Amino acid sequence: MLLRRKLLIMGVLLLLFALLFLLWGLNADNWDYNLPRRIRKLAAIFMTGGCIGFSAVIFQTITNNRILTPSVMGLDSLYMFVQTIVVFIFGSRQLAAVTAVSDFMISVGIMVGFSLLLFQIVFAGEGRKLLAVILTGMILGGLFESLSTFMQVIIDPNEFLIIQDRMFASFNNVNTSLLNVSAIISVLVFAYGYRQTGQLDVLSLGGDISVNLGIPYNRAVKKYMFLIAVLISVSTALVGPITFLGLLTANLSRQLMKTYKHSYLLSSAILISAIALTFGQFIVERILKFDTTISVIINFIGGIYFIWLLLKEGKL
Amino acid sequence: MIQGEHITKSYQDVKVLKDVNVIIPEGKITSLIGSNGAGKSTLLSIISRLIKGEGKVSIDGISTAAYQPEELARKLATLRQIINIQVRLTVKELVSFGRYPYSKSKLNNQDKEIVGSAIRYMELEHQSGHFIDQLSGGERQRAFIAMIIAQDTDYILLDEPLNNLDMKHSVQIMKLLRSLVDNHGKTVVLVIHDINFASCYSDYMIVLKNGELLKAGGTEDIIIPELLHEAYDMEFDIREIAGNKICLYYK
Repeated sequence: MLLRRKLLIMGVLLLLFALLFLLWGLNADNWDYNLPRRIRKLAAIFMTGGCIGFSAVIFQTITNNRILTPSVMGLDSLYMFVQTIVVFIFGSRQLAAVTAVSDFMISVGIMVGFSLLLFQIVFAGEGRKLLAVILTGMILGGLFESLSTFMQVIIDPNEFLIIQDRMFASFNNVNTSLLNVSAIISVLVFAYGYRQTGQLDVLSLGGDISVNLGIPYNRAVKKYMFLIAVLISVSTALVGPITFLGLLTANLSRQLMKTYKHSYLLSSAILISAIALTFGQFIVERILKFDTTISVIINFIGGIYFIWLLLKEGKL
Repeated sequence: MIQGEHITKSYQDVKVLKDVNVIIPEGKITSLIGSNGAGKSTLLSIISRLIKGEGKVSIDGISTAAYQPEELARKLATLRQIINIQVRLTVKELVSFGRYPYSKSKLNNQDKEIVGSAIRYMELEHQSGHFIDQLSGGERQRAFIAMIIAQDTDYILLDEPLNNLDMKHSVQIMKLLRSLVDNHGKTVVLVIHDINFASCYSDYMIVLKNGELLKAGGTEDIIIPELLHEAYDMEFDIREIAGNKICLYYK
């Protein structure tokens, strides 16, 4: 009951912030112009927040650690890299034929393959040290970013403009053509994830116990990696990378809920992400007048939190 | 009956198990003994499908590869050396996970009863609401064993269950395993270092040395000076005290 009440409080908070975000500064004159835009933006915020929170919790569960998230492991840089490759290969000749949606689907496909491979390399095998995994992830993230930059530099300037438009998405420049497709995908993934919460609870006890309790461990882990890759693709495609948001929300969710039950952990992670993004975006737009972007703020806070976590869990 | 045929395992170039053939009889306590690095834990882990190895393991005549994972989890339960779990959960919640192969996360009344009796069996009633990370080493060990008992399988495989336990609790666990075998028809397989606990409580023993099977047989055939000398490369003085064979090797 207590857990439900906590979720309810988060829900109410989210609703308040959402209303604040939608209605602040509206008047009869700008109503028609502003409201639809803000609603679309809010939808993107909820979806991104949901994807990031959800994938971070699942990722931490299957890798059995509290310090890593898909973003810290460089998965969103990977998405950027894949996007660049897709535009690079299809080039300007076919670009007219390749719509944003099919481009997105191709990217998601490649992304899933890549991240399964990455997972296999980094986490498979017994006795991998967490520190080695973090370093590998960070280096890979850097590698993907550099590779993307490299390709963008040698690409035709006209094509670069197209990539740029897709790559520098933010909440101020939401990739609206993908909003519907993303909504469908993420709702499907969430619905599936919520039916698997019992299995996730067992997986959080570690590989040995999961196998003992009859979970087809390797298949399960691959399945969740697949879901994570899809969710990260959705959120990165919509608004670009927000590296430390997942880390913040997954850990806050565990600290606030104090439970092992994923039915609660996932819900609270989604709500916390959405609250942080809605409130953050409100501050950025209305108080700071777009002087900065929300990813800068979240990465500033999240980065400090990350270092604190590293120090606290110094045993590594 | 558990049967392992041609079990081989290598890490890089090092062969830790070399073509081991074992039969673990039903309704008995079987101890795997041998010096450090003999391959006991590896053999147990391969039999219990926690790690992969070459060769074939079959349970009641059916290869473990042919079982559905869930079905196997209702047949065989296993616990490796104490595990650090990152999750904060209470003893009762941990033990309840033992019912997952039967009821997933939705425990019915029968499951709850079994969980309750597993906790009582391990004398953890007073700690059942405590968090695992607040328990002493011995209590934690017993909590994990309670989970295995709640799993209610025919076969129970434990890797060094007496680790971290004082004499009182070691005896308690061994007596409990004995009663699982004698009164509930279970089959228990242990990796155990204390040769005297093994001698006093097990019916059957499997001795490994350098990844190879040295000998398998009834306890009375194994606890003999020549064989133990070969297994451990040290001298044993074996005395019979109150019907048990006790090995003296301390001085």
